Amino acid sequence: MKAIIRQLTEACGPSGYETEVTGLIKDLIKDHVDELRTDVLGNLVAVKHGSAEGKRIMFAAHTDEIGVVITYIDDHGFLRFAPIGGVGISTLVGNRVRFANGTIGVVYQEGKAEWKELTLDKLFIDIGAASREEAVQKVQVGQFGVFHREFTDLGDRLIAKSMDDRIGCAVLVEALRKLDRPRNTLYCVFTTQEEVGLRGARTAAYGLDPDLGLALDVTLTGDTPEAKRMAVSLGQGAAIKVKDASHIAHPRVKDLLVGLCEAKNIPYQMEVLEWGGTDAGAIHLTKEGVPSGTISIPTRYVHSPSEMVDLRDVQACVDLVLAVAEADLEGVV
Amino acid sequence: MLLARLTQANGAPGQEREVRDLIRSEVEPHAHVVKTDALGNLLAIKNPDAPGPKVMIAAHMDEVALMIVGIDKDGYLKFRPIGGVDPRVLVAKSVVVGSKKTLGVIGSKPIHLQRPEEREKAFTVQEMVIDIGAKSKEEAEKLVKLGEIAYFTTAYEELGANKVKAKALDDRVGCALAIRLLQEKVSFPLIAAFTVQEEVGLRGAGVAAYQIEPDIALVLEGTTASDVPGTDEHKQATALGQGPAITVMDRSVIPHPQLVQELLALAAEKGIPVQVRRSTAGGTDAGQIQLSKAGVKVAVISVPCRYIHSPAAIMCKDDFEGAYQLVRHYLARLEERAGLS
Repeated sequence: MKAIIRQLTEACGPSGYETEVTGLIKDLIKDHVDELRTDVLGNLVAVKHGSAEGKRIMFAAHTDEIGVVITYIDDHGFLRFAPIGGVGISTLVGNRVRFANGTIGVVYQEGKAEWKELTLDKLFIDIGAASREEAVQKVQVGQFGVFHREFTDLGDRLIAKSMDDRIGCAVLVEALRKLDRPRNTLYCVFTTQEEVGLRGARTAAYGLDPDLGLALDVTLTGDTPEAKRMAVSLGQGAAIKVKDASHIAHPRVKDLLVGLCEAKNIPYQMEVLEWGGTDAGAIHLTKEGVPSGTISIPTRYVHSPSEMVDLRDVQACVDLVLAVAEADLEGVV
Repeated sequence: MLLARLTQANGAPGQEREVRDLIRSEVEPHAHVVKTDALGNLLAIKNPDAPGPKVMIAAHMDEVALMIVGIDKDGYLKFRPIGGVDPRVLVAKSVVVGSKKTLGVIGSKPIHLQRPEEREKAFTVQEMVIDIGAKSKEEAEKLVKLGEIAYFTTAYEELGANKVKAKALDDRVGCALAIRLLQEKVSFPLIAAFTVQEEVGLRGAGVAAYQIEPDIALVLEGTTASDVPGTDEHKQATALGQGPAITVMDRSVIPHPQLVQELLALAAEKGIPVQVRRSTAGGTDAGQIQLSKAGVKVAVISVPCRYIHSPAAIMCKDDFEGAYQLVRHYLARLEERAGLS
């Protein structure tokens, strides 16, 4: 599984431009699903048919990641940019970004800018071009880029950019590769544009109209020095979301997940996130409403180039997805 | 001239009737079906029953304006902006208020009565009033009702090198483009949607797209041009005279990548100058249209306007013409493709 996580996190997939990631996922799962299609917003929909007594479940993991978009190229070849999704200044200065065509640059701040007063429009990207003419050979205004950072294997713990939410994608990929013929019909949707407002999941859910919606996404932890108080820790199992700013998990869905973890001895922890959101926020409001929840992968340093997860939590999430695929959902949805 | 009549018509968010009536008379000869929906969107449909692709061109009819929220004992009108208006541009501007078209001027405390510290900062909306020349509350109430709208009185005029000055170019430029484009000869369904309430949250467009179920939607807009003194070049969203702007991302939408590439390539092929919009601020109807039902392929083509959302904006007629030519060629390209299939 580490190889898959490496491959997915090292790919470039800023919001709206996720085809490199969806292309990789397609190759990883094409022999393990019954149908594979891409919709208007670029969502990759993988269908695994279940039995007649099963329900229709939409699992969503988003393929996009935060990034930058080039807004201007100056006479000396420096690039100005705008953020895509929640990109923090402190994570940018001195870091490197990469564009889909492979061009790499370093982000730095204007010389006169004071750290405390730094704003994104005082940062620039240096791609090593000496002039505008040289720069436009490599990049254009309007091109999207992401953090450039390699995957690091620390044993049980892994560091990479875009664990948010390639780790959710990896969980679904792994589950699909292990499943034979599930009880429930699964629509595993590798969604687009989550980081800019849960957009892909919204149109995908409308098209699928599922009985149950489950997002697979990262959540924050409260287990680092002087952290904000939060009862989620790395290594303590899959996190079952109670609420975040985008949705309140349907009580029966939450109870289903807890019950499955208890029955199958899957390590789990309850998660209350005071901010943030997941694709379930869009899914549960589709048409006349869809009972929905989120299975979260605890992750440190979210939205930085070095997001850390614990492989044991990831494995617990895979086990929980497999359990949901086989669960009797009569009376739940 | 069409753009002159469109910009001189008044249409605050939710109160677009005057603009809608004008547009209806323009589109009726060119559409098979013209209807107004529950929210007030005007839909002009050409070839409703033809095979696809179903193409939507959208422009919003509403403009930013001021709503009367109070009348004081001396007959002055208190107001609040509807949509984004910079209060600093308001002082001493002429307005016309309400159904009786009462003339007024936006008044404020004169400079010789201001304390030194007051002169240092701009007036807030709360510190301004509309003066309609009334002597008392009773007299003002005969002319103006609470909830009525005040509009800028700016006349459409041409100036300089192919430039136009007017109010409400955002988005009557889009309306003018859509009216012209509806006259193109196409055999696929083409729907011009003139939407309501864009300035207060893209409200009409989602409802319009839900009914239309388009395959492709092109949103025609007036966008901010910031090629004005005091703005660093890297902070200029667009500049006048460099052609229509194509959006790659704003607060509301990331347009369909292939459609964006296709438009840029088509512009290059036809020799139409275009600019990629160099800002991700702001939003357009495309944000709602893209997310309608199971999703819609969208792009945004804008005419750059300086001093947008103010009493007087300036645009370049070449950019307007460029936007028209680009979309016209795109529709022709779709027509060729439909013929081949």
